[in-house]
Amino acid sequence: MAEQNKLLEIRDLKKYFNIKGSGFRNKQTVKAVDNVSIDIYKGETLGLVGESGCGKTTLGRTIIRLYEPTSGSIIYDGKPIYDSEKNIAEKMLPYRRKMQIIFQDPSASLDPRMTVGEIVGEALDIHKICSSKAERSERISELLEAVGLNSEHSNRFPHEFSGGQQQRIGIARALAVEPEFIVCDEPISALDVSIQSQVVNMLEDLQDELGLTYLFIAHDISVVRHISNRIGVMYLGNLVETAESYELYRNPIHPYTKTLMSAVPIPDPKITRARERLILEGDIPSPINPPSGCKFHTRCPFAEERCKQEIPKFKDYGGGHFAACHLLEK
Amino acid sequence: MAIYIVKRLAAAVATILVIMAITFFLMNTIPGSPFLTEKSTPQQIELANQKYGLDKPLIVQFKNYIVNYAHGDLGVSLKMQEGTPVKKILFGQGKFVLSIKLGVCALLVAICLGIPLGCLAAYKRGTWIDGLLRVLTTVGVAIPTFVLASTLLVAFAVKLNWLPTLSGSLDSWKAYIMPVISLSFYDVCYIAKLTRTSMLDAINQDYIRTAKAKGVKNKWIVLKHALRNSLIPVITFLGPLAAFIITGSFVVETIFSVPGLGKYFIQSVINRDYTIIMATTVVVSVLVIVMNLVVDIAYKIVDPRITLSSTDE
Repeated sequence: MAEQNKLLEIRDLKKYFNIKGSGFRNKQTVKAVDNVSIDIYKGETLGLVGESGCGKTTLGRTIIRLYEPTSGSIIYDGKPIYDSEKNIAEKMLPYRRKMQIIFQDPSASLDPRMTVGEIVGEALDIHKICSSKAERSERISELLEAVGLNSEHSNRFPHEFSGGQQQRIGIARALAVEPEFIVCDEPISALDVSIQSQVVNMLEDLQDELGLTYLFIAHDISVVRHISNRIGVMYLGNLVETAESYELYRNPIHPYTKTLMSAVPIPDPKITRARERLILEGDIPSPINPPSGCKFHTRCPFAEERCKQEIPKFKDYGGGHFAACHLLEK
Repeated sequence: MAIYIVKRLAAAVATILVIMAITFFLMNTIPGSPFLTEKSTPQQIELANQKYGLDKPLIVQFKNYIVNYAHGDLGVSLKMQEGTPVKKILFGQGKFVLSIKLGVCALLVAICLGIPLGCLAAYKRGTWIDGLLRVLTTVGVAIPTFVLASTLLVAFAVKLNWLPTLSGSLDSWKAYIMPVISLSFYDVCYIAKLTRTSMLDAINQDYIRTAKAKGVKNKWIVLKHALRNSLIPVITFLGPLAAFIITGSFVVETIFSVPGLGKYFIQSVINRDYTIIMATTVVVSVLVIVMNLVVDIAYKIVDPRITLSSTDE
C-alpha cells in the first residue's frame, strides 16, 4: 500500500455539533467525529463500518466538507483544502468536481420538483462542463445509460422510479462532474436485498471503468468486505482499527472488531456452532458524554484499569494493520 | 387535464345551486322585509310584495330565482336602489371594480412581501432579523383590521395630513395606500410565517444536501430548491384569500369610505335587499370555487408528484 499514491490524507479530524440542552442545561457538544486520521489511496475502496451513530456518515460528509470540520486537516492530492492550524479553508467549488457523494436515502435526496435531466444537468451547469445544449443532453443520456437507465428517463420525475432506479439517478448525478473520489454513504442500505447486489456490482464496474476511489460507508460488514480493499472500523467517533479487508476479517485485533466479526453469520452451521461468539453488551454510550480513556472500555470484555484512564494510541501493528488498544501493547 | 377541469366545473354548478338554496332559505327565515319601515302600512307592504313576487310560496320564489339566474337575470334591487337591475348595481356602477382594484393590489402586496420576508427569515434563521420578523409577523397576525385601519387613518390622514381621509373612488394613487395596507397586512404576516415554516422544513430535506454536494451556491439552494418545495402551503392559503380579498372587506371599505362591494353586501343584508344578497353570494361563491380550481392546478405545476384525479394518469 505504501508505494501507492495517497489521494486523501486526513489528520486529527474533528467534527463537533453543538446542540441546545433541554430545560436549564447549557449547550452540549456531540463529538461525532473525534480525532480521526486516515489515508485514502488512489483507486482503492476504503470501507467504513461501525454501529449506528458512531460517526461514519459524519466523517464521510466532513471529509468532503459538506459539514465544516471543527478542527484537523484534510489534504487532497497533495493540496491542503482544510487545515485548522494553518487557517486554511479552501473554496470548495472546484473540489466539488473532484469529490462527490452518494447518499443513503435515494428518494429523499433527489429534489422532487426536478426532472431527472434537470437533476443530473444542474451539476453540469454549475461546473460549466458542457458548452452547448446538445452536448449537455448528450452527456445526460450518456450518464443515465452508464448507470443502467434510458435516455428517455431524463424527462421523468424521481417519484416515478423505484428505489433502486432512484439510487442509480443519484449515482449518475454524482458521476456527472467526472469526480475522482466518491463517498458512498450507505448507498444500498435503503434498498431491497435483491437490488443491493446490482447496485454494488455497478459501483464496482464504474470504479474499474473510471478509475474511481471510494469511501464506502455501511453497517453491513459482509457487503463492505466484498467491495473494499481496506476497512476502517469506527466506534463512537474514533477509528479503532484499519487493515486490509482480508486481514481484518481473518485477524481482527481490536476487541470491538472481534465482537463485530463474530456477529457476522457464516453460512455453515458446523462452523457457526463451533465458533466462540463474543456478544457485545449494552448500548453504544452517548457521544455527548463519551467514556474516559478508551471509549470502548464500558463494553469491552477485556477492559482493564488502564483503559479507563488513558486514551490508546492508533498504531501500526504490522503491515498497515492499525489499531488503538492498550491490550495490544503488551 | 381538460376532462378534469370539465368535471370540476360541473361539480361547481351543483355547489352553487346548494349555496343558493341555503342562502335563499336562511335569508327568508330572518324576520323583517325589505319594505318594512316605520311609515309603511300593511297595504303598502302587501302591494310591494305582490309587485316583486314575494307573496308567492317560498318554493315558487326559489324556482323563479333559479330560472332567472339560468337566463342571466339577477333581478332588480328591492330597496337600496329600488328598481335598478342588480347586474347594473354590481358590475355597472363600479362597486365591484373598486373592490377588485383594492383587492388585487392587496393580494400582490401580500405575495410580493410575504413570501420574500418568509424566505429571509428562514435563510437568516436564529439571527436578529429572524427574531424581529417573528415578532412583527406575530403582532401583524394578532392586530384586528379595524384597529390597524383606524390607527393609520389617525396617523397619516388626520395628524400628518399626508394621505386623504376619504379614499372614495380611488382617484389618486394616494387613496390606495392605507386601504391596501389595511387589507394586506394580516396576509403579509401570515404568508411570511407560512413560508418561513415550510421553508425551514424544506431546508432540512436531504435533497438540499445533494444540491450542496453538487456545488450549488447557498442563495440558489434557497431560491431554486427550497422555495419551490415550500410553496404548497402558501398556495393553499392564497386560493380562498384571493377570492375573499377581491370581493372586498366591509371594515376597510367602511373606514376609508370606499363604496365597494364588501360594504354594499353587508348593507344589503341589513336592508333585507334579497336580490342583492343572492347575487353577491353567488359572485363570491363562483370566485371561491374558481380560485380553488386554480389552486389545484397550481399544485400540479409546483409538485409533479400530485395527480389531479384518479383518471388523470
